[in-house]
Amino acid sequence: MDHRPQAWGRPRDDVYGAYDASFMNPNGPNQATQSPIVTGTSVVAIKFSEGVVIAADNLASYGSLARFTDVKRLRTFADSTVIGFGGDVSDMQYLDRHLTSLAIDESYSAPSLDSDAGGPPKARLNAANLHKYLAKLLYARRSKFDPLWNHLLVAGLDDDDKPFLAAADLLGTTFSAPSLATGFGSMLAQPIMRRFAPDEEAAARLTREQAVDVVKQCMKVLFYRDARSLDSYSIAVVTKDGVDLKENEKLENQSWAFAERIRGYGTQTA
Amino acid sequence: MAAMFSQNPVMNGPNYSFSDAPRTANGEFREHRFNPYSDNGGSTLAIAGADFTIVAGDTRSTSGYSINSRYTPKVFKIGGTTSSQDDATILLSVVGFAADGEALRDRLDAICKIYRYRHGKPMSVTACAKRLSTILYQKRFFPYYVHAILGGLDEEGKGAVFSYDPVGSYEREQCRAGGAAASLITPFLDNQVNFKNQYVPGSGTGHDLKEREVVPLVRRDAEILVKDAFDGAVERHIEVGDGLQMMTITKDGIEEVLLPLKRD
Repeated sequence: MDHRPQAWGRPRDDVYGAYDASFMNPNGPNQATQSPIVTGTSVVAIKFSEGVVIAADNLASYGSLARFTDVKRLRTFADSTVIGFGGDVSDMQYLDRHLTSLAIDESYSAPSLDSDAGGPPKARLNAANLHKYLAKLLYARRSKFDPLWNHLLVAGLDDDDKPFLAAADLLGTTFSAPSLATGFGSMLAQPIMRRFAPDEEAAARLTREQAVDVVKQCMKVLFYRDARSLDSYSIAVVTKDGVDLKENEKLENQSWAFAERIRGYGTQTA
Repeated sequence: MAAMFSQNPVMNGPNYSFSDAPRTANGEFREHRFNPYSDNGGSTLAIAGADFTIVAGDTRSTSGYSINSRYTPKVFKIGGTTSSQDDATILLSVVGFAADGEALRDRLDAICKIYRYRHGKPMSVTACAKRLSTILYQKRFFPYYVHAILGGLDEEGKGAVFSYDPVGSYEREQCRAGGAAASLITPFLDNQVNFKNQYVPGSGTGHDLKEREVVPLVRRDAEILVKDAFDGAVERHIEVGDGLQMMTITKDGIEEVLLPLKRD
Protein backbone atom coordinates (compact mmCIF):
# COMPACT_ATOMS: atom_id res chain seq x y z
CA MET A 1 0.00 0.00 0.00
CA ASP A 2 0.99 3.51 -0.66
CA HIS A 3 0.67 5.58 2.48
CA ARG A 4 1.90 8.91 1.11
CA PRO A 5 -0.59 11.72 1.66
CA GLN A 6 -0.75 12.40 -2.14
CA ALA A 7 -2.38 8.99 -2.62
CA TRP A 8 -5.01 9.33 0.12
CA GLY A 9 -8.55 8.92 -1.10
CA ARG A 10 -7.48 7.94 -4.62
CA PRO A 11 -8.34 4.78 -6.52
CA ARG A 12 -5.69 2.11 -5.83
CA ASP A 13 -3.17 1.74 -8.63
CA ASP A 14 -2.98 -2.06 -8.25
CA VAL A 15 -6.72 -2.24 -8.90
CA TYR A 16 -7.36 0.58 -11.37
CA GLY A 17 -3.92 1.28 -12.84
CA ALA A 18 -1.99 4.50 -12.51
CA TYR A 19 -4.11 7.61 -12.45
CA ASP A 20 -4.00 9.65 -15.64
CA ALA A 21 -3.85 13.24 -14.55
CA SER A 22 -3.38 14.57 -18.08
CA PHE A 23 -6.85 16.12 -18.09
CA MET A 24 -5.54 18.62 -15.55
CA ASN A 25 -2.78 19.63 -17.92
CA PRO A 26 -3.53 23.22 -18.93
CA ASN A 27 -1.51 22.94 -22.15
CA GLY A 28 -4.05 20.81 -24.00
CA PRO A 29 -6.53 22.33 -26.44
CA ASN A 30 -9.95 23.43 -25.31
CA GLN A 31 -12.74 21.99 -27.37
CA ALA A 32 -14.94 24.56 -28.97
CA THR A 33 -17.60 24.02 -31.61
CA GLN A 34 -15.60 23.13 -34.70
CA SER A 35 -18.56 22.16 -36.87
CA PRO A 36 -22.32 22.19 -36.44
CA ILE A 37 -23.98 18.90 -35.41
CA VAL A 38 -27.76 19.16 -35.40
CA THR A 39 -28.64 21.79 -37.95
CA GLY A 40 -31.52 23.82 -39.28
CA THR A 41 -31.55 24.77 -42.95
CA SER A 42 -32.66 28.00 -44.67
CA VAL A 43 -34.50 30.97 -43.21
CA VAL A 44 -36.16 33.31 -45.72
CA ALA A 45 -37.54 36.81 -45.15
CA ILE A 46 -38.82 39.75 -47.19
CA LYS A 47 -39.86 43.31 -46.33
CA PHE A 48 -43.20 44.78 -47.40
CA SER A 49 -44.94 48.15 -47.02
CA GLU A 50 -45.53 48.04 -43.27
CA GLY A 51 -43.47 45.14 -41.98
CA VAL A 52 -41.51 41.96 -42.64
CA VAL A 53 -42.49 38.35 -43.41
CA ILE A 54 -40.08 35.64 -42.22
CA ALA A 55 -40.25 31.84 -42.48
CA ALA A 56 -38.23 28.71 -41.63
CA ASP A 57 -39.15 25.04 -41.71
CA ASN A 58 -39.54 22.93 -38.54
CA LEU A 59 -36.74 20.45 -39.20
CA ALA A 60 -33.52 19.87 -37.28
CA SER A 61 -31.22 17.54 -39.25
CA TYR A 62 -28.42 15.32 -37.94
CA GLY A 63 -26.24 15.24 -41.01
CA SER A 64 -28.48 13.82 -43.73
CA LEU A 65 -30.86 12.31 -41.16
CA ALA A 66 -34.13 14.23 -40.61
CA ARG A 67 -33.72 13.87 -36.83
CA PHE A 68 -36.22 16.25 -35.19
CA THR A 69 -39.28 17.26 -37.21
CA ASP A 70 -40.93 19.63 -34.75
CA VAL A 71 -38.23 22.19 -33.93
CA LYS A 72 -39.38 25.80 -34.11
CA ARG A 73 -36.63 27.99 -35.55
CA LEU A 74 -38.44 31.33 -35.37
CA ARG A 75 -38.33 33.13 -32.05
CA THR A 76 -40.16 36.30 -31.04
CA PHE A 77 -38.56 38.92 -28.84
CA ALA A 78 -40.63 41.39 -26.81
CA ASP A 79 -43.63 40.92 -29.17
CA SER A 80 -41.96 43.23 -31.66
CA THR A 81 -39.12 41.27 -33.29
CA VAL A 82 -38.70 37.83 -34.84
CA ILE A 83 -35.33 36.09 -35.08
CA GLY A 84 -34.88 33.22 -37.54
CA PHE A 85 -32.08 30.75 -36.82
CA GLY A 86 -30.15 28.74 -39.39
CA GLY A 87 -27.23 26.48 -38.48
CA ASP A 88 -26.51 24.64 -35.22
CA VAL A 89 -29.60 23.94 -33.13
CA SER A 90 -27.83 23.68 -29.76
CA ASP A 91 -26.28 27.10 -30.32
CA MET A 92 -29.76 28.33 -31.28
CA GLN A 93 -31.10 27.03 -27.96
CA TYR A 94 -28.23 28.73 -26.11
CA LEU A 95 -29.08 32.02 -27.83
CA ASP A 96 -32.75 31.43 -27.07
CA ARG A 97 -32.03 31.11 -23.32
CA HIS A 98 -29.75 34.13 -23.52
CA LEU A 99 -32.45 36.22 -25.21
CA THR A 100 -35.05 35.09 -22.67
CA SER A 101 -32.94 36.38 -19.80
CA LEU A 102 -32.18 39.54 -21.78
CA ALA A 103 -35.91 40.12 -22.30
CA ILE A 104 -36.57 39.66 -18.59
CA ASP A 105 -33.76 42.06 -17.63
CA GLU A 106 -35.04 44.60 -20.15
CA SER A 107 -38.63 44.44 -18.96
CA TYR A 108 -37.51 45.08 -15.37
CA SER A 109 -34.86 47.73 -16.01
CA ALA A 110 -36.65 49.63 -18.76
CA PRO A 111 -40.01 50.83 -17.45
CA SER A 112 -42.48 51.25 -20.27
CA LEU A 113 -42.80 54.77 -21.59
CA ASP A 114 -46.42 54.37 -22.61
CA SER A 115 -47.74 51.87 -20.11
CA ASP A 116 -50.40 54.40 -19.02
CA ALA A 117 -51.87 54.15 -22.54
CA GLY A 118 -53.17 50.75 -21.52
CA GLY A 119 -51.49 48.85 -24.33
CA PRO A 120 -48.72 46.32 -23.92
CA PRO A 121 -45.47 47.89 -22.67
CA LYS A 122 -43.27 49.06 -25.51
CA ALA A 123 -39.97 47.27 -25.73
CA ARG A 124 -36.89 49.45 -25.52
CA LEU A 125 -34.86 47.05 -27.62
CA ASN A 126 -36.25 47.11 -31.15
CA ALA A 127 -35.17 44.83 -34.00
CA ALA A 128 -32.30 47.13 -35.05
CA ASN A 129 -30.94 47.22 -31.49
CA LEU A 130 -31.31 43.48 -31.10
CA HIS A 131 -29.55 42.82 -34.40
CA LYS A 132 -26.61 44.98 -33.31
CA TYR A 133 -26.49 43.13 -29.98
CA LEU A 134 -26.53 39.67 -31.59
CA ALA A 135 -23.95 40.66 -34.21
CA LYS A 136 -21.59 41.89 -31.47
CA LEU A 137 -22.17 38.67 -29.53
CA LEU A 138 -21.41 36.50 -32.58
CA TYR A 139 -18.33 38.59 -33.42
CA ALA A 140 -17.03 38.33 -29.86
CA ARG A 141 -17.46 34.56 -29.91
CA ARG A 142 -15.71 34.15 -33.28
CA SER A 143 -12.86 36.30 -31.91
CA LYS A 144 -12.53 33.80 -29.02
CA PHE A 145 -12.34 31.00 -31.62
CA ASP A 146 -15.48 29.57 -30.04
CA PRO A 147 -18.16 30.54 -32.54
CA LEU A 148 -21.91 30.23 -32.22
CA TRP A 149 -22.54 28.31 -35.43
CA ASN A 150 -25.60 30.17 -36.62
CA HIS A 151 -26.75 32.41 -39.41
CA LEU A 152 -29.49 34.68 -38.09
CA LEU A 153 -32.12 36.85 -39.71
CA VAL A 154 -33.61 39.57 -37.52
CA ALA A 155 -36.99 40.97 -38.63
CA GLY A 156 -38.94 43.80 -37.07
CA LEU A 157 -39.00 47.60 -36.99
CA ASP A 158 -36.17 50.13 -36.63
CA ASP A 159 -35.95 53.37 -34.60
CA ASP A 160 -38.27 55.16 -37.05
CA ASP A 161 -40.81 52.28 -37.02
CA LYS A 162 -39.80 51.41 -40.60
CA PRO A 163 -39.52 47.72 -41.60
CA PHE A 164 -36.12 46.32 -40.58
CA LEU A 165 -34.47 43.15 -41.86
CA ALA A 166 -30.82 42.22 -41.36
CA ALA A 167 -28.58 39.16 -41.14
CA ALA A 168 -25.71 38.21 -38.84
CA ASP A 169 -23.57 35.10 -39.23
CA LEU A 170 -21.14 33.07 -37.13
CA LEU A 171 -18.25 35.38 -38.09
CA GLY A 172 -20.13 38.48 -37.02
CA THR A 173 -20.65 39.62 -40.60
CA THR A 174 -23.79 41.70 -40.98
CA PHE A 175 -25.81 42.95 -43.92
CA SER A 176 -29.26 44.24 -44.66
CA ALA A 177 -31.38 44.02 -47.80
CA PRO A 178 -35.06 44.16 -48.89
CA SER A 179 -35.05 40.33 -48.92
CA LEU A 180 -32.67 37.93 -47.23
CA ALA A 181 -32.20 34.17 -47.04
CA THR A 182 -29.67 31.94 -45.25
CA GLY A 183 -28.08 28.69 -46.36
CA PHE A 184 -29.58 27.05 -49.45
CA GLY A 185 -32.19 29.80 -49.48
CA SER A 186 -29.56 32.31 -50.57
CA MET A 187 -29.28 30.39 -53.84
CA LEU A 188 -32.84 29.11 -54.31
CA ALA A 189 -35.14 31.62 -52.60
CA GLN A 190 -33.25 34.90 -52.91
CA PRO A 191 -33.56 35.09 -56.74
CA ILE A 192 -37.35 34.59 -56.46
CA MET A 193 -37.68 37.25 -53.78
CA ARG A 194 -35.49 39.70 -55.70
CA ARG A 195 -37.93 39.49 -58.63
CA PHE A 196 -40.58 40.98 -56.34
CA ALA A 197 -38.36 43.29 -54.28
CA PRO A 198 -35.29 44.27 -56.33
CA ASP A 199 -34.77 47.37 -54.17
CA GLU A 200 -36.14 49.14 -51.08
CA GLU A 201 -38.67 51.16 -53.12
CA ALA A 202 -40.15 48.00 -54.65
CA ALA A 203 -40.32 46.34 -51.22
CA ALA A 204 -42.14 49.39 -49.83
CA ARG A 205 -44.83 48.89 -52.50
CA LEU A 206 -45.45 45.20 -51.68
CA THR A 207 -48.63 44.37 -49.75
CA ARG A 208 -48.71 41.98 -46.83
CA GLU A 209 -50.57 39.38 -48.93
CA GLN A 210 -48.02 39.60 -51.76
CA ALA A 211 -45.10 39.23 -49.34
CA VAL A 212 -46.67 36.19 -47.63
CA ASP A 213 -47.34 34.61 -51.04
CA VAL A 214 -43.73 35.11 -52.15
CA VAL A 215 -42.38 33.60 -48.95
CA LYS A 216 -44.72 30.59 -49.24
CA GLN A 217 -43.61 30.12 -52.85
CA CYS A 218 -39.98 30.18 -51.67
CA MET A 219 -40.67 27.59 -48.96
CA LYS A 220 -42.16 25.34 -51.64
CA VAL A 221 -39.17 25.69 -53.96
CA LEU A 222 -36.88 25.00 -51.01
CA PHE A 223 -38.82 21.85 -50.12
CA TYR A 224 -38.61 20.67 -53.74
CA ARG A 225 -34.86 21.18 -54.05
CA ASP A 226 -33.24 21.28 -50.57
CA ALA A 227 -32.81 17.69 -49.35
CA ARG A 228 -32.54 18.86 -45.71
CA SER A 229 -35.91 20.61 -45.63
CA LEU A 230 -39.44 19.83 -44.50
CA ASP A 231 -42.99 20.64 -45.66
CA SER A 232 -43.97 21.75 -42.16
CA TYR A 233 -42.81 25.29 -41.44
CA SER A 234 -43.22 28.39 -39.29
CA ILE A 235 -44.09 31.78 -40.72
CA ALA A 236 -44.28 35.13 -38.96
CA VAL A 237 -45.46 38.58 -40.02
CA VAL A 238 -44.03 41.49 -38.02
CA THR A 239 -45.75 44.88 -38.17
CA LYS A 240 -46.35 47.86 -35.86
CA ASP A 241 -49.28 45.91 -34.40
CA GLY A 242 -47.03 43.09 -33.21
CA VAL A 243 -46.07 39.63 -34.35
CA ASP A 244 -48.38 37.15 -36.07
CA LEU A 245 -46.55 33.83 -35.70
CA LYS A 246 -47.91 30.54 -37.09
CA GLU A 247 -45.74 27.56 -36.16
CA ASN A 248 -47.39 24.55 -37.81
CA GLU A 249 -48.04 25.55 -41.40
CA LYS A 250 -48.08 22.92 -44.14
CA LEU A 251 -46.98 23.50 -47.72
CA GLU A 252 -50.01 23.79 -49.99
CA ASN A 253 -50.59 23.03 -53.67
CA GLN A 254 -47.47 20.96 -54.16
CA SER A 255 -47.03 19.63 -57.64
CA TRP A 256 -44.20 17.56 -58.98
CA ALA A 257 -45.58 17.89 -62.51
CA PHE A 258 -42.52 19.92 -63.48
CA ALA A 259 -40.28 16.96 -62.74
CA GLU A 260 -41.18 14.95 -65.83
CA ARG A 261 -40.11 17.83 -68.08
CA ILE A 262 -36.59 17.78 -66.65
CA ARG A 263 -34.10 16.16 -69.00
CA GLY A 264 -30.39 15.59 -68.86
CA TYR A 265 -29.61 14.46 -65.31
CA GLY A 266 -30.89 10.85 -65.35
CA THR A 267 -30.49 7.76 -67.47
CA GLN A 268 -33.22 8.58 -70.00
CA THR A 269 -32.07 8.79 -73.59
CA ALA A 270 -34.78 10.97 -75.11
CA MET B 1 1.55 17.32 -12.10
CA ALA B 2 1.11 13.88 -13.57
CA ALA B 3 4.38 12.64 -12.12
CA MET B 4 3.38 13.74 -8.64
CA PHE B 5 0.41 11.38 -8.44
CA SER B 6 1.88 8.53 -10.37
CA GLN B 7 3.23 5.80 -8.17
CA ASN B 8 4.29 3.45 -10.89
CA PRO B 9 6.54 5.00 -13.52
CA VAL B 10 6.36 1.89 -15.67
CA MET B 11 2.56 2.03 -15.85
CA ASN B 12 2.51 5.75 -16.44
CA GLY B 13 0.44 5.48 -19.62
CA PRO B 14 -3.18 6.51 -19.67
CA ASN B 15 -5.27 3.62 -18.38
CA TYR B 16 -8.38 5.75 -18.34
CA SER B 17 -8.84 9.48 -18.54
CA PHE B 18 -11.25 12.34 -18.70
CA SER B 19 -9.12 13.84 -21.42
CA ASP B 20 -10.74 13.09 -24.76
CA ALA B 21 -9.20 15.74 -26.96
CA PRO B 22 -8.82 14.19 -30.42
CA ARG B 23 -5.30 13.03 -31.30
CA THR B 24 -3.60 11.87 -34.46
CA ALA B 25 -2.06 8.38 -34.85
CA ASN B 26 1.29 9.64 -33.53
CA GLY B 27 -0.25 11.07 -30.39
CA GLU B 28 -0.25 14.76 -31.31
CA PHE B 29 -3.36 16.81 -30.82
CA ARG B 30 -5.48 16.84 -33.95
CA GLU B 31 -6.42 20.45 -34.37
CA HIS B 32 -9.15 21.32 -36.82
CA ARG B 33 -9.26 25.06 -36.74
CA PHE B 34 -12.31 27.16 -37.35
CA ASN B 35 -11.52 29.84 -39.91
CA PRO B 36 -12.39 33.19 -38.36
CA TYR B 37 -12.07 35.17 -41.60
CA SER B 38 -14.01 35.54 -44.82
CA ASP B 39 -13.82 37.87 -47.81
CA ASN B 40 -16.77 40.14 -48.55
CA GLY B 41 -15.32 41.56 -51.78
CA GLY B 42 -15.82 45.10 -52.98
CA SER B 43 -13.37 47.86 -53.73
CA THR B 44 -12.46 51.30 -52.41
CA LEU B 45 -10.66 54.33 -53.79
CA ALA B 46 -9.43 57.64 -52.38
CA ILE B 47 -7.96 60.68 -54.11
CA ALA B 48 -6.48 63.76 -52.43
CA GLY B 49 -6.80 67.15 -54.14
CA ALA B 50 -5.41 70.57 -53.27
CA ASP B 51 -8.30 71.46 -50.96
CA PHE B 52 -10.50 68.36 -50.93
CA THR B 53 -10.36 64.59 -50.47
CA ILE B 54 -12.63 62.04 -52.13
CA VAL B 55 -13.16 58.63 -50.52
CA ALA B 56 -15.31 56.20 -52.48
CA GLY B 57 -16.37 52.57 -52.39
CA ASP B 58 -18.85 50.29 -54.10
CA THR B 59 -21.79 49.10 -52.00
CA ARG B 60 -21.92 45.40 -52.88
CA SER B 61 -21.38 42.76 -50.17
CA THR B 62 -20.55 39.23 -51.35
CA SER B 63 -19.88 35.74 -49.99
CA GLY B 64 -18.24 33.60 -52.64
CA TYR B 65 -20.38 33.90 -55.78
CA SER B 66 -23.45 35.14 -53.86
CA ILE B 67 -24.47 38.76 -53.40
CA ASN B 68 -25.43 39.30 -49.75
CA SER B 69 -26.65 42.82 -50.25
CA ARG B 70 -26.58 45.54 -52.89
CA TYR B 71 -26.26 48.31 -50.32
CA THR B 72 -23.67 47.77 -47.58
CA PRO B 73 -21.59 50.95 -47.24
CA LYS B 74 -17.80 50.71 -46.91
CA VAL B 75 -17.07 54.42 -46.39
CA PHE B 76 -17.76 55.89 -42.96
CA LYS B 77 -17.65 59.29 -41.30
CA ILE B 78 -15.44 59.17 -38.21
CA GLY B 79 -15.36 61.19 -35.00
CA GLY B 80 -18.49 63.34 -35.16
CA THR B 81 -20.04 64.55 -31.91
CA THR B 82 -23.04 62.23 -32.17
CA SER B 83 -23.93 59.01 -33.95
CA SER B 84 -25.39 61.04 -36.83
CA GLN B 85 -21.78 62.16 -37.60
CA ASP B 86 -22.99 65.52 -38.95
CA ASP B 87 -19.84 67.38 -37.85
CA ALA B 88 -17.33 64.63 -38.71
CA THR B 89 -14.12 65.74 -40.43
CA ILE B 90 -12.51 62.38 -41.20
CA LEU B 91 -13.49 59.54 -43.53
CA LEU B 92 -12.54 55.88 -43.19
CA SER B 93 -13.02 53.23 -45.85
CA VAL B 94 -12.57 49.56 -45.05
CA VAL B 95 -12.62 46.66 -47.48
CA GLY B 96 -11.91 42.97 -46.96
CA PHE B 97 -13.56 41.09 -44.08
CA ALA B 98 -16.62 43.22 -43.33
CA ALA B 99 -17.06 42.18 -39.67
CA ASP B 100 -13.48 43.24 -38.88
CA GLY B 101 -14.03 46.42 -40.89
CA GLU B 102 -17.01 47.41 -38.79
CA ALA B 103 -15.24 46.51 -35.55
CA LEU B 104 -12.29 48.66 -36.62
CA ARG B 105 -14.56 51.55 -37.60
CA ASP B 106 -16.36 51.36 -34.23
CA ARG B 107 -13.05 51.39 -32.32
CA LEU B 108 -11.59 54.33 -34.23
CA ASP B 109 -14.85 56.27 -34.00
CA ALA B 110 -15.05 55.74 -30.23
CA ILE B 111 -11.44 56.91 -29.81
CA CYS B 112 -12.03 60.04 -31.92
CA LYS B 113 -15.20 60.82 -29.95
CA ILE B 114 -13.35 60.50 -26.62
CA TYR B 115 -10.61 62.77 -28.00
CA ARG B 116 -13.20 65.38 -29.01
CA TYR B 117 -14.84 65.17 -25.57
CA ARG B 118 -11.55 65.51 -23.69
CA HIS B 119 -9.91 68.20 -25.81
CA GLY B 120 -12.95 70.11 -27.03
CA LYS B 121 -11.83 69.91 -30.65
CA PRO B 122 -11.89 67.29 -33.39
CA MET B 123 -8.85 65.07 -33.91
CA SER B 124 -6.55 66.05 -36.79
CA VAL B 125 -6.27 63.55 -39.66
CA THR B 126 -2.55 63.11 -39.06
CA ALA B 127 -3.14 62.21 -35.40
CA CYS B 128 -6.02 59.94 -36.31
CA ALA B 129 -3.84 58.29 -38.97
CA LYS B 130 -1.14 57.43 -36.42
CA ARG B 131 -3.76 56.17 -33.96
CA LEU B 132 -5.32 53.93 -36.61
CA SER B 133 -1.91 52.42 -37.31
CA THR B 134 -1.52 51.66 -33.59
CA ILE B 135 -4.96 50.06 -33.37
CA LEU B 136 -4.16 47.81 -36.32
CA TYR B 137 -0.75 46.86 -34.95
CA GLN B 138 -2.20 46.00 -31.54
CA LYS B 139 -3.86 43.09 -33.29
CA ARG B 140 -0.65 42.11 -35.09
CA PHE B 141 -1.11 38.39 -34.32
CA PHE B 142 -4.87 38.21 -34.99
CA PRO B 143 -5.20 41.04 -37.48
CA TYR B 144 -8.20 42.99 -38.65
CA TYR B 145 -8.35 41.53 -42.16
CA VAL B 146 -8.99 44.82 -43.92
CA HIS B 147 -7.40 47.32 -46.23
CA ALA B 148 -8.15 50.64 -44.56
CA ILE B 149 -7.92 54.06 -46.19
CA LEU B 150 -8.27 57.25 -44.14
CA GLY B 151 -9.10 60.59 -45.74
CA GLY B 152 -9.38 64.18 -44.55
CA LEU B 153 -7.84 67.64 -44.71
CA ASP B 154 -4.48 68.21 -43.02
CA GLU B 155 -3.53 71.17 -40.81
CA GLU B 156 -2.82 73.30 -43.90
CA GLY B 157 -6.18 72.44 -45.44
CA LYS B 158 -4.66 70.21 -48.10
CA GLY B 159 -6.27 66.91 -49.04
CA ALA B 160 -4.74 63.93 -47.21
CA VAL B 161 -5.07 60.23 -47.92
CA PHE B 162 -3.49 57.59 -45.67
CA SER B 163 -3.50 53.94 -46.67
CA TYR B 164 -2.85 50.93 -44.43
CA ASP B 165 -2.06 47.26 -44.64
CA PRO B 166 -3.92 44.89 -42.24
CA VAL B 167 -1.21 45.12 -39.55
CA GLY B 168 -0.80 48.88 -39.49
CA SER B 169 1.95 49.90 -41.92
CA TYR B 170 0.82 53.21 -43.35
CA GLU B 171 1.80 55.91 -45.77
CA ARG B 172 0.42 59.28 -46.88
CA GLU B 173 -0.36 59.29 -50.58
CA GLN B 174 -2.02 61.28 -53.33
CA CYS B 175 -4.33 58.40 -54.20
CA ARG B 176 -4.93 54.74 -53.33
CA ALA B 177 -7.21 51.92 -54.46
CA GLY B 178 -8.03 49.03 -52.12
CA GLY B 179 -9.89 45.73 -52.13
CA ALA B 180 -10.85 43.18 -54.75
CA ALA B 181 -10.32 45.44 -57.78
CA ALA B 182 -7.28 47.34 -56.43
CA SER B 183 -5.03 45.74 -59.02
CA LEU B 184 -7.41 46.84 -61.78
CA ILE B 185 -7.81 50.42 -60.59
CA THR B 186 -4.22 51.18 -59.48
CA PRO B 187 -2.58 51.39 -62.94
CA PHE B 188 -5.39 53.66 -64.11
CA LEU B 189 -4.75 55.91 -61.11
CA ASP B 190 -0.98 55.88 -61.70
CA ASN B 191 -1.58 57.22 -65.16
CA GLN B 192 -4.43 59.64 -64.48
CA VAL B 193 -3.54 61.03 -61.04
CA ASN B 194 0.25 60.77 -60.86
CA PHE B 195 0.67 61.14 -64.66
CA LYS B 196 2.92 58.09 -64.92
CA ASN B 197 4.10 57.32 -68.48
CA GLN B 198 2.94 60.73 -69.61
CA TYR B 199 5.64 62.84 -71.25
CA VAL B 200 5.79 66.33 -72.66
CA PRO B 201 5.15 66.02 -76.41
CA GLY B 202 8.26 66.57 -78.53
CA SER B 203 10.65 66.46 -75.57
CA GLY B 204 12.77 63.82 -77.28
CA THR B 205 13.28 60.08 -76.97
CA GLY B 206 14.72 57.75 -74.30
CA HIS B 207 16.39 59.63 -71.44
CA ASP B 208 15.58 62.96 -73.06
CA LEU B 209 11.86 62.44 -72.44
CA LYS B 210 10.48 65.00 -70.00
CA GLU B 211 7.79 63.78 -67.61
CA ARG B 212 4.54 65.70 -67.51
CA GLU B 213 4.43 67.90 -64.42
CA VAL B 214 2.25 66.48 -61.64
CA VAL B 215 -0.43 68.90 -60.43
CA PRO B 216 -3.32 68.19 -58.06
CA LEU B 217 -6.60 67.43 -59.83
CA VAL B 218 -9.57 69.75 -59.71
CA ARG B 219 -12.56 68.32 -57.87
CA ARG B 220 -14.85 67.74 -60.84
CA ASP B 221 -12.12 65.87 -62.75
CA ALA B 222 -11.37 63.70 -59.72
CA GLU B 223 -15.04 62.80 -59.32
CA ILE B 224 -15.28 61.78 -62.98
CA LEU B 225 -12.08 59.76 -62.56
CA VAL B 226 -13.54 57.87 -59.58
CA LYS B 227 -16.72 57.00 -61.48
CA ASP B 228 -14.70 55.86 -64.52
CA ALA B 229 -12.39 53.75 -62.35
CA PHE B 230 -15.35 51.95 -60.78
CA ASP B 231 -17.19 51.50 -64.09
CA GLY B 232 -14.05 49.78 -65.36
CA ALA B 233 -13.70 47.62 -62.24
CA VAL B 234 -17.37 46.55 -62.43
CA GLU B 235 -16.86 45.29 -65.99
CA ARG B 236 -13.92 43.10 -65.03
CA HIS B 237 -14.51 42.04 -61.41
CA ILE B 238 -17.52 40.05 -60.23
CA GLU B 239 -17.30 41.24 -56.61
CA VAL B 240 -17.67 44.91 -57.53
CA GLY B 241 -20.94 46.60 -58.47
CA ASP B 242 -24.46 47.72 -57.48
CA GLY B 243 -23.73 51.23 -56.21
CA LEU B 244 -20.94 53.76 -55.84
CA GLN B 245 -20.78 55.63 -52.57
CA MET B 246 -18.63 58.75 -52.92
CA MET B 247 -17.87 61.10 -50.05
CA THR B 248 -16.01 64.37 -50.53
CA ILE B 249 -14.43 66.38 -47.70
CA THR B 250 -13.91 70.12 -48.19
CA LYS B 251 -13.48 72.90 -45.64
CA ASP B 252 -17.30 73.21 -45.70
CA GLY B 253 -17.87 69.65 -44.54
CA ILE B 254 -18.60 66.25 -46.06
CA GLU B 255 -20.80 65.71 -49.11
CA GLU B 256 -22.10 62.24 -49.95
CA VAL B 257 -23.41 61.03 -53.30
CA LEU B 258 -24.70 57.61 -54.29
CA LEU B 259 -24.38 56.73 -57.98
CA PRO B 260 -25.67 53.59 -59.67
CA LEU B 261 -23.26 50.91 -60.88
CA LYS B 262 -24.12 47.83 -62.94
CA ARG B 263 -25.94 45.21 -60.83
CA ASP B 264 -25.01 42.13 -62.91
